[in-house]
Amino acid sequence: MMTIFGMPTQALFGQLLLGLINGAFYAMLSLGLALIFGLLNIINFSHGALYMMGAFVAWLALNFLGLGYWPALIVAPLVVAALGMLIERTMLCRLYKLDHLYGLLLTFGLALVIEGLFREAYGVSGQPYSVPKELAGGWNLGFMFLPIYRGWVVVASLILCLGTWFAIEKTKLGAYLRAATENPTLVQAFGINVPVMITLTYGFGVALAAIAGVLAAPVYQVSPKMGSDLIIVVFAVVVIGGMGSIMGSIVTGYLLGLVEGLTKVFYPEAASTVIFMVMVIVLLIKPAGLFGKGA
Amino acid sequence: MNAVIISSRQKPFVLALLGLGLVLPFAIYPVFLMKGLCFGLFAAAFNLLLGYVGLLSFGHAMFFGWSAYITAHAAKEWGLTPELAILAGVALATLLGLVVGWLAIRRQGIYFAMITLALAQLMYFVAVQAPFTHGEDGIQGVPRGRLFGLIDLGDTLTMYYFVFAVFVASLLFLYRVVNSPFGQILKAIRDNEPRAISLGYEVTRYKLIAFVISAAFAGLAGSLKSLVFQLASLADVNWHISGEVVLMTLLGGVGTVLGPTVGGFLVVAIQDYFAGIGSLVIIIQGIIFVVCVLLFRSGMIGVLTPWLKRRGING
Repeated sequence: MMTIFGMPTQALFGQLLLGLINGAFYAMLSLGLALIFGLLNIINFSHGALYMMGAFVAWLALNFLGLGYWPALIVAPLVVAALGMLIERTMLCRLYKLDHLYGLLLTFGLALVIEGLFREAYGVSGQPYSVPKELAGGWNLGFMFLPIYRGWVVVASLILCLGTWFAIEKTKLGAYLRAATENPTLVQAFGINVPVMITLTYGFGVALAAIAGVLAAPVYQVSPKMGSDLIIVVFAVVVIGGMGSIMGSIVTGYLLGLVEGLTKVFYPEAASTVIFMVMVIVLLIKPAGLFGKGA
Repeated sequence: MNAVIISSRQKPFVLALLGLGLVLPFAIYPVFLMKGLCFGLFAAAFNLLLGYVGLLSFGHAMFFGWSAYITAHAAKEWGLTPELAILAGVALATLLGLVVGWLAIRRQGIYFAMITLALAQLMYFVAVQAPFTHGEDGIQGVPRGRLFGLIDLGDTLTMYYFVFAVFVASLLFLYRVVNSPFGQILKAIRDNEPRAISLGYEVTRYKLIAFVISAAFAGLAGSLKSLVFQLASLADVNWHISGEVVLMTLLGGVGTVLGPTVGGFLVVAIQDYFAGIGSLVIIIQGIIFVVCVLLFRSGMIGVLTPWLKRRGING
């Protein structure tokens, strides 16, 4: 058996792949958080709950409507985005003139309600969601065995993240968005409907979370708790990366996933805490975050 | 400004509350009251930060829970008397507050909240892995012991009066802090940080001191709780507790002296009432959060005080 640093390559690359997958979810969630924060000045605490909801919509669609994985990949983000936009129009929009902390508290409350409702209905134990048959099985790459589905998650998330980056940094719509982030009043004065843009941005941000949820469903079990466990780690990722740059969020997400995967191989006891430790170190060295612009 | 501790107008009101606290255990189940007092104190400590410095900590469970662990361990394994066990717990909470505060005040606003939350989660995982916490079981059967080696706290009523005395002393101390020159500076920082800086105040130092005081009293609340229930467990360090203390403060009234205690009792009452019914507690707490933020941001006390004033009753 081949080994690297005394580790069987099979285990090493297996954990690295798992780390990369976790990183994909970190990247997609922190990207959505950064987008929402940029325009709404709100940290969306319900992001984790909406990610969980994405996974549950896929599971419900399969078990009650017979809708498979591929339709769910479209339906779940649409459902979650619709709910998100409803939340934004009815509740969040009342808070824009207040301290940012109120947005955090409101979305925290919403996260509790959403998680509580799913726990009430489906209990805390996870529900299995099987890998779609087109992506079942795996390839033997020689140095490791690659389950096709896991490869797909990494590729799909990369496409989504880079697509979002391209749309924001290189298209006209993205330019409006960046302008509105800098100065909404001025952009409004140029005749662009900023409130609608805010609503759509929130919808898009939570839709990203929902897609991440659907992608995660076959990897982890679908459980009401999956969101709250993840969102705290994502917050640490956001603190490390800073929310100033889209590419920054993406890179930080994948990087920290890999760091976590490596820790699982070499010092498993610290795997659950390593990202928080990195956050402490970053706070000590560069308090504004790796890609941040001031506090 | 030199603050008088309690003005003569408030005196009858405060005395009435004290009297109420003394007779209440004969009317209401004392363990429920003690739980309310512990969480009331916890919320009052948290409120020092949110209400008077404007810092939202989302990680206060780490002080509460870790202090509970240390007190429970000291009382059970080292056989310390309760006051020393509590002191050990509070000492750790203070130290932890110093480190966490020092790290977290490097960032402001929303980032501050996220950093405290993440650090609390770090301490949660440390508690999961540390052997002395006994993982999922927690530290059970913690002896209440004899206070100063003399007074047996095993008696529920004696325990109640001990908790009540600590609670009253702590609240008076926090009230004194808030109404001291130091407290005035905290409020100045909350209302206009750049101005406070330009006046020459070392803002970070004031923030850090407030954070440490808040952590210490949050720890005191956790220590008391572990003696009352004779249990310290992972539930005490979980982020749910951090959320609950925010809820108590918000519900009672941010930046009011008695509000957090009122909120603490309300949240504990809701928990006890709906305890048997699945996840209903979480859903209700979430709804209260949403309603508080959208409809009454000044909380119960903030709504009640003007109403009482209009009726000529001074609170």
